[in-house]
Amino acid sequence: MSPVLIEAEGLGKTYRSAPGQELVALRGISFAVERSEFVAIMGPSGSGKSTLMNILGCLDVPNRGRYRLEGRDTARLSADQLALLRNRHIGFVFQGFNLLPRMDLRDNVALPLLYAGIGKGERRARAMAMLERVGLAGHAGHDPSQISGGQQQRVAIARALVTEPSLILADEPTGNLDTHTSEEIMGLLTRLNADQGITVVLVTHEPDIAHHARRLLRIVDGLIAFDGSVADYFRGVPA
Amino acid sequence: MRAAAIAGEALTAMGANRLRTFLTMLGMIIGVGAVILMLAIGQGAQAMVADSIASMGSNLFIVLSGSSTSGGQRMGFGSAPTLTLNDAQAMSELPEIQAVAPVTSNTAQLVYAGNNWSTQVNGTTPAYLEVRDWALAAGLPFSAADVRSGARVLLLGQTVAENLFGEEDPVGKTVRVKNSPFMVVGVLAAKGQSLDGRDQDDTVLVPVSTASRQLFGNQFPGMVRFVMVRARSAEVMARAADKLNDLLRVRHRIRDGQDDDFSVRDLTALAETAAGATRVMSMMLGAIASVSLVVGGIGIMNIMLVSVTERTREIGIRMAIGARRRDILLQFLLEAVLISLVGSLIGAAIGVGGAWAVARFAEMPVVVTLWSAILAFGVAAGVGIFFGYYPALKAADLRPIEALRFQ
Repeated sequence: MSPVLIEAEGLGKTYRSAPGQELVALRGISFAVERSEFVAIMGPSGSGKSTLMNILGCLDVPNRGRYRLEGRDTARLSADQLALLRNRHIGFVFQGFNLLPRMDLRDNVALPLLYAGIGKGERRARAMAMLERVGLAGHAGHDPSQISGGQQQRVAIARALVTEPSLILADEPTGNLDTHTSEEIMGLLTRLNADQGITVVLVTHEPDIAHHARRLLRIVDGLIAFDGSVADYFRGVPA
Repeated sequence: MRAAAIAGEALTAMGANRLRTFLTMLGMIIGVGAVILMLAIGQGAQAMVADSIASMGSNLFIVLSGSSTSGGQRMGFGSAPTLTLNDAQAMSELPEIQAVAPVTSNTAQLVYAGNNWSTQVNGTTPAYLEVRDWALAAGLPFSAADVRSGARVLLLGQTVAENLFGEEDPVGKTVRVKNSPFMVVGVLAAKGQSLDGRDQDDTVLVPVSTASRQLFGNQFPGMVRFVMVRARSAEVMARAADKLNDLLRVRHRIRDGQDDDFSVRDLTALAETAAGATRVMSMMLGAIASVSLVVGGIGIMNIMLVSVTERTREIGIRMAIGARRRDILLQFLLEAVLISLVGSLIGAAIGVGGAWAVARFAEMPVVVTLWSAILAFGVAAGVGIFFGYYPALKAADLRPIEALRFQ
């Protein structure tokens, strides 16, 4: 297995916001992420970091450049193949948790396995094991609306992990949580990265959150402005 | 496997929003219920008319004698006896004619033991049974010899038999008609109501000679009130009518330009009109009910479109975690089809129940056929797929990134 998980070469993305008006989100971004890295992506609003996340998550495709995940060029894949790639290799953790309402926690966690074509018994067993790992097995029968935000995010992490992906993409996972809960969630992600070697790519505004990562990418105006260790980055930035 | 799991997702979504699911179903319930009920009523009416027509006999003419004028008052057809037994005999010799039965009738009181019953007594010939397609339930018909000799024999209609004899077997018993003893030689099979609602079984047949000579004391011997004529087939009806007219004009010595003293009426045409009318009514009922099926289908499409919009974010999440286009399509399509199938099952039950209630309480004839249930059910499934496909396609064609961003 190649040590390189993500390869981005000159990624560019332009949106057509209105006829004749173009919005350049990414102007050519190149970087690579190896397995077991913990990368934080920072940048001001509108810098293009969300667009980059969407491309990394195979939810969107670049206009220019090449994006390879697990050695596969995503530009050559059909929509269904991209869905399969997301299902098998990527776990998403969103700012707004994005659990399905009116569906209990166990079924929420098991949902990716349904699309992977796994039988009901195994789906449930694996979902329960994941809930156990995030400490919420006792709430398996509850609806998302019955638990706290921090708990919902832990369920979302369980859902992201259930297909045993190689990559977790977290888009401001603590944006809706208080400091204490944020620390809990970051602790969980850090442990997953350290103990199981799962690659984590995280978008955040907050330096405190970025500190949990080891590597930091700073995006400004659709270009990489900094790519190095978190420690180096914060040494140069006055606190 | 995967499809079954996705069907489970569709069921969960239906269960999660029960009121909306039920309201959507209601359109199908009403549509299918209405189609089945309307078809049942329509087919019931058709069956009733078909029965009446069959009971009357097919390819029938009735030849009535002419009208009489008395003191300036013109009486109806049949009031002046112009038709004779010989006319009937002559008609039966036409090649287009299968059988001819002269009839002279009147009302009389019948008495048996302690029971009595007033009914219409028809004096006729054995050919009457052939003309009317009328079988015997018991005994034998009277014979041509009985007609020649004016024998005191009679055939009882079912209604008369029941009223005079109850459970007893009437064959061989003697009843008194206008105080003369008659022997019951047979009992007619039941025919039920005629098109105009008369009880055809409330009748008694006696030899025409016996009726005119002994019972009603006919002032014109050999005369009859009307003659029933059966043509050989439906194709020769028109020709037979012309020939009957010509024959009677010659026999009655009616000059050109002079009015007929008789009237030839085609009873089959009347029956066909009635059958045609009920067929049209039946089709119209079905068509009106079908409209409610279409309306129900549009209701499904409406709700599914709202549902897709409302659940855009959910669709985005599903796509992000690995749902393919066809998974989303299948989920929403199954939801629509399940709603219409369950709705039509309930509707079918209500339709059949409604038909039973109509039969029971409104005393209308209804016929629920398996065919009409299958039709309504199939149409409902088709409606579900047809009207569910577009919203499902809309859901499946969402781009994951836009669906996820949807607030």
